[in-house]
Amino acid sequence: MSDGDVLAVAEHRRGELRPVSYELIAAGRDLAADLGGDLHVAVIGGDVDSFAERVNRAGADVVHTVDEGEEFNHDVYAAATTALFEAVDPSVLLLPNSVNGLDYAPAVATRLSIPLVSDAVDLTVADDLVVTRETYGSKVETTVEATTPAAVTIRDAEWPSVEDPGDATVEPFTVDIDAPSIRSTVRGFEEVGAGDVDIGEAEFIVSVGRGIDEEANLELVEELADALDATLAASRPIVDNGWLPKNRQVGQSGAVVTPKVYLALGISGAVQHVAGMKGAETIIAVNTDPDAPIFDIADYGVVGDLFEVVPELIERFES
Amino acid sequence: MKVLVTVKEVANVADDFEIEGLTIPEQFLEYDLNEWDDYAVEAAVQIAEDRDEDVEVVAVTVGPERSEETVRMALAKGVDRAVRVWDDTLAEAALVGPTAMARVLAAVAEAEDPDLVLSGVQAADDGFGATGVALAEHLEYAWAAVVNDLELDDETASVRRELEGGVEELTSVPLPAVLTIQTGINDPRYASLRGIRQAQRKELDVRTLADLGLDPAVLDDDLTLTGLARPESESDATLFEGSAADTADDLETVLRDAGVSAE
Ligand SMILES: Cc1cc2nc3c(=O)[nH]c(=O)nc-3n(C[C@H](O)[C@H](O)[C@H](O)COP(=O)(O)OP(=O)(O)OC[C@H]3O[C@@H](n4cnc5c(N)ncnc54)[C@H](O)[C@@H]3O)c2cc1C
Ligand SMILES: Nc1ncnc2c1ncn2[C@@H]1O[C@H](COP(=O)(O)O)[C@@H](O)[C@H]1O
Repeated sequence: MSDGDVLAVAEHRRGELRPVSYELIAAGRDLAADLGGDLHVAVIGGDVDSFAERVNRAGADVVHTVDEGEEFNHDVYAAATTALFEAVDPSVLLLPNSVNGLDYAPAVATRLSIPLVSDAVDLTVADDLVVTRETYGSKVETTVEATTPAAVTIRDAEWPSVEDPGDATVEPFTVDIDAPSIRSTVRGFEEVGAGDVDIGEAEFIVSVGRGIDEEANLELVEELADALDATLAASRPIVDNGWLPKNRQVGQSGAVVTPKVYLALGISGAVQHVAGMKGAETIIAVNTDPDAPIFDIADYGVVGDLFEVVPELIERFES
Repeated sequence: MKVLVTVKEVANVADDFEIEGLTIPEQFLEYDLNEWDDYAVEAAVQIAEDRDEDVEVVAVTVGPERSEETVRMALAKGVDRAVRVWDDTLAEAALVGPTAMARVLAAVAEAEDPDLVLSGVQAADDGFGATGVALAEHLEYAWAAVVNDLELDDETASVRRELEGGVEELTSVPLPAVLTIQTGINDPRYASLRGIRQAQRKELDVRTLADLGLDPAVLDDDLTLTGLARPESESDATLFEGSAADTADDLETVLRDAGVSAE
């Protein structure tokens, strides 16, 4: 084991630190306390001085700033993180399990020849590092032990966001990045998924998932949405199949919705879906599988067949 | 041009499954081609169809004999040939972490020397979401993760990476490269009867770690599986039971109380 330090790398996009950065501080400071080391936080690229000020929150001992580039580029991140790791020599490297985190964490772990455990929902220290993660569509909880040093990516919104100010020292860190090692070029960003409706504004949402089985069956949930005067939304497979347009997709890569009522029909409740609807006031789920993770966040549920329940509901609300 | 696609046969657990120690007994598992890999296979086959030059599409899997069924599905959809890696060392490993799995896949890729490797964003069972990028690093290839749009010329892959919140990043990477493919990038075909017949005759080589020149120690990636459990239910949901009519009555009350269609 190294000296028990933890190195966490913050995430930002288009000038904003992403919330997971403050969650990494929560996960990192607990871990550093257990390991008897310090928490190092790194900010790479963008306005590093202002980012450093903002991640200087309770529990961070050192903030390293790497002034390289504006936006995320995985080649820069991989090189900088590797160099920082070698300089700090931490026991645990903590990265976000975001789309960008997954675009460089596996490369860094491979480059450093250290084990990688992704998508952690809990972290403890025994002899080794004990990581809890979810498998089989969140129906199984798996515990994995990793020898240290190890790299771990943490799931969004599993740790609290640290808000209290800290008293870390801020240290600029320079890396030598040779130009040919930067192979990927980020050409820009585009917002997608705008269109006729903004499901983010809807008060009542009827949302449909893969349990609907066939495109032709969508008519049934459309009828229910009409009867309830609700907006129709969907999980990703429905949109991937082209059955509904992208602007109807709820979730991590779709829209975040906060309706009064979210009625989930035949949706399992994958973490990327839940990311988009957990803020709903009342969540109702209809699902044939009693173990479906959607029931963990539902306020009301029916373990049953949507094809039986939905027609009954339509009958009760049809005017 | 050669395209290598990594395909995994994944297990889904049945609605009423049980756990025994560190495994889920076979009778509770249903196997299928990983959803993300189905899109990767389609992307590879479309490249072969769209380009004037000859494109060979090779699938690689690390899995037991049973997974040949899944690999044959990929062959039926237009993949030219396949390699399956398996031996006792792999069979006995309770857990192979993503960097170690990538090392095994890299040995196949090194022998095949492809211009492009397509893998899935994540495997539906283990869900590491990490194997493709680790594979790129082993191969010293360029890469892009979570790709939902792809344009290819002889030297470059121009892709869209699907970030969070409806934002896409436009990125170019030079070939050779590994791309991890996101669902929705295309419309995966069904295998035709003719395709299924042809698939039976396509080459499907089986290799051991030793055949690939790998020491069994490559699997020692310092990860140990120590627990498998059903998660404690965090649910405080009120569950309605009874006939469809009864539960609909209950749901009606909840919905009306929440203000839906209140007259
Ligand atoms: C990077 C990334 C981003 C992603 N972004 C998103 C996103 O933005 N939004 C999103 O939704 N997903 C997203 N996903 C996909 C996500 O992981 C899941 O695959 C997806 O949410 C599953 O959709 P589902 O619940 O409709 O399907 P499934 O998981 O297949 O669930 C179907 C459910 O229907 C139930 N069912 C079946 N028949 C019936 C019936 N007759 N009556 C009632 N219930 C029935 C089943 O028990 C099951 O629980 C993303 C994944 C990745 C890797
Ligand atoms: N055993 C395997 N055989 C072939 N490909 C695999 C295997 N495991 C993972 N992969 C590939 O890596 C992707 C991501 O898997 P994972 O990192 O485990 O989520 C999958 O979609 C596959 O394309």
